[in-house]
Amino acid sequence: MVKNSLIFIVLIGFAVLLADLFVGFNGNTDLNTLANHYAVSGPEEVGSANLVTAVVITYRGVDTLGEVTILFLAAAIVSFLLKVEAGASLNRKLRSTSEILDTASRILVPVIFLFGIYVFINGHLSPGGGFQGGAIIASGLVLMLLAQPAKEVGHKLITLVESISGISFVLIGVAGVLFAAGFLDNKLLSLGKFGTIFSAGVIPIIYIFVGLKVGAELSGIITNLHENQNEA
Amino acid sequence: MINLIIAIVIGVLILIMAIIAVHHKNIVVGIIAAGVVSLFASILYLLLAAPDVAMTEAAIGSGLSTIIFFYVLNKIKRQNG
Repeated sequence: MVKNSLIFIVLIGFAVLLADLFVGFNGNTDLNTLANHYAVSGPEEVGSANLVTAVVITYRGVDTLGEVTILFLAAAIVSFLLKVEAGASLNRKLRSTSEILDTASRILVPVIFLFGIYVFINGHLSPGGGFQGGAIIASGLVLMLLAQPAKEVGHKLITLVESISGISFVLIGVAGVLFAAGFLDNKLLSLGKFGTIFSAGVIPIIYIFVGLKVGAELSGIITNLHENQNEA
Repeated sequence: MINLIIAIVIGVLILIMAIIAVHHKNIVVGIIAAGVVSLFASILYLLLAAPDVAMTEAAIGSGLSTIIFFYVLNKIKRQNG
């Protein structure tokens, strides 16, 4: 009883603290200075039809590198803590999967992989990008592992894709310092025609690497957890 | 106007699902309810004209994190019995 009333008092305290924000809120009618700069001069400076991508990869590219690094660290820690003995996943009793799940996964998994690749290749034209595409690829892997639990996923391949795309991302950034205006500058290649697939300079290439890297990292986490299920 | 009504309905559904996720006795139901919270949140982001965030939320929030919770739950059950 005392505990519940304490929780109630804390909740009321939060309500009082936040009431001022709620009462004083009226939605923005126009963009602030920074957003206005992005919206007005973004298309000609960066050449990306999707303005979110222009901000994520070019204006705030270093932040994206940091996010990818954090995700890499998380995946590395998961695989460090869940080290699987070789051959341990073989002696595990599994229920056979249902016909519906098996057939559906055979049809859907390639389509989901293809959709993930589409999302990160078209990141500068349509909504989505490297992170979303990578997450979609990892969800396709989840469906595959649910339908065929005994399937072995190559750790070496995942590590290789992850390392190569990470190194390439940083190398493109350094090439921006040497040959263009600065780190991760997208004018390394010509901006091209606005709204076509080969436009926005180096953004599509960076997003392909980000997508591969995020997809490999999330797939690594999922496979590690999956192979670790039978250990006590 | 119709968007506002849909947004309010989704917001109420998110609250209901969050309460189920916290208070339901069966952990499996709780995990699924937490996934449904993310699914409704991604619809809400789509209505608020943020399709990029909606895609991330749908794939990571309701897809991958739900399955990771199930893997962890399975492992905890094995260790306890």
